[in-house]
Amino acid sequence: MSETLALSWRQYRLERRLFWRNPSAAFFNFVLPLLFLAAGGAILSGNQTDLNKLIPSIAGMSVMSTTFTALAYNIVFLRERGVLKRIRGAPMPTISYFGGVAGNAVTNTALQIAIIVVCGRAFFGIGWPPHWGTLIVFVLVGVVSLAALGVAFAHAIPNFESTAAYVNAIFLPVVFVSFYVFDSTGAPEFLRTIADALPLKPLIDGLSGAMVAGHPFSDNLDALAVIALWGAFGLYFAIRGFSWEGKRK
Amino acid sequence: MNETGPAIEVSALCKRYGDYEAVRSIDIAVNRGEVFGLLGPNGAGKTTTVEILEGYRSRTSGEVSVLGYDPAERSLELRRRIGVVLQSGGIYSHITPREALRHWASFYPHPRQVDEVLELAGLQEKADVRSRKLSGGQLRRLDFALALIGDPELIFLDEPTTGFDPEARRAAWETIRSLRDLGKTILLTTHYLEEAQTLADRVAIVKDGRILAIGAPRELGVGAAHYRVAWRDSSGDLIERETEDPTALLHELTGQALERGEQLQELSVERPTLEDVYLELTADV
Repeated sequence: MSETLALSWRQYRLERRLFWRNPSAAFFNFVLPLLFLAAGGAILSGNQTDLNKLIPSIAGMSVMSTTFTALAYNIVFLRERGVLKRIRGAPMPTISYFGGVAGNAVTNTALQIAIIVVCGRAFFGIGWPPHWGTLIVFVLVGVVSLAALGVAFAHAIPNFESTAAYVNAIFLPVVFVSFYVFDSTGAPEFLRTIADALPLKPLIDGLSGAMVAGHPFSDNLDALAVIALWGAFGLYFAIRGFSWEGKRK
Repeated sequence: MNETGPAIEVSALCKRYGDYEAVRSIDIAVNRGEVFGLLGPNGAGKTTTVEILEGYRSRTSGEVSVLGYDPAERSLELRRRIGVVLQSGGIYSHITPREALRHWASFYPHPRQVDEVLELAGLQEKADVRSRKLSGGQLRRLDFALALIGDPELIFLDEPTTGFDPEARRAAWETIRSLRDLGKTILLTTHYLEEAQTLADRVAIVKDGRILAIGAPRELGVGAAHYRVAWRDSSGDLIERETEDPTALLHELTGQALERGEQLQELSVERPTLEDVYLELTADV
């Protein structure tokens, strides 16, 4: 057991080191949500009602990009390049490998949420989150669910060249619908239904409750249930369909 | 666990993909310390066979034992004792050979020294260069290095020199020879005859998922076909005769030539090479 953990830690440290060496991944998975935060914050500056909505929205988007997007990209790349196959043949327990990979995603999410919280307090007048516990619960459940969905979605992507198209075909519409419905009181009913059934809008609801309104998570149990259901769905397909090799030959 | 028997024992191994039979009842026994070559054209079933032995693929039927383990069980103990050079294995783009070797070394109980393996693979000068800047040949050397870092007793090499220029191929052969000298067991697949002939103690010629011939490269050449005697007659035509008994034929030919006062121009006697056997066995007739 201790050896499994030690190897997990080594894998985690390798993932951390390699993450920052890849500038485009670091930009898309890490810097981009923060740029949205800066740009949105500048545009909405002085309008506290809108800022109160912007901050949790960006936080939700960050969770999605550091987990779903990053893992879908990574898994497809490593699979198609034959790295996963090599890892599969090495005497490292599978759980150690995924422990390291998941730890890397969690670290990125935690860093982003921390930056967003600090910026919210320092520049956007929303103060410290009134409900830290709720924040942690929603971020954790969101990370697990969206990470599992990212791994599961990687199975549907046939080759690395088309990864950006596949990922954005999911990421962008989900972000738009969720942001729009969360922000607008006049969103049409069918859009509202769709957004509430997807994982991002419930995540933003929960984060908003924790960061702005100060609701305990018991107030957003149905939102938590939706995210967890997506997580169960994602985990099932992430494990069931996992492929260590590209589909050549 | 069975430390004295053959390193690899395979009997009646079959692998089917739907209707397609990639491997049709293969039997192999590879002794410890032996370099064993699986030689055959592309699509012969070499890689499928090797990947079953490495634990990457399940088999449809048959018995397989690798160092006493069933590779289908994918035990960590077995994986710690084998080294694998895949036909197409990749590595992270932003890792250096030294970092990769250090990381891989941590998986094994008694790894070799990183510097020593870098030297063995000829990668000292590229040790701190990110892999995306390495050439194809250098990446292949990194494949070797990663397979050797755990100091395995059994090494699988799946077409280790495909795509190499002649110089790089000679260098890789040197590395493989030095592994044999260390007492390692090596299972090698190749579609280069010269490679099998140069490196392997024994060769199995594989085609369409079956073994067509098996034995030492020399024996395979001698045992399977005739001697070829060729010469040019007085009118300048090239004549070839095949025989089981070249001594008698030469006696007859030279006797006749001397009687006629002629010479047997360009007289040659050739023993069939592994290449002849290979081409004969794998011909699509």
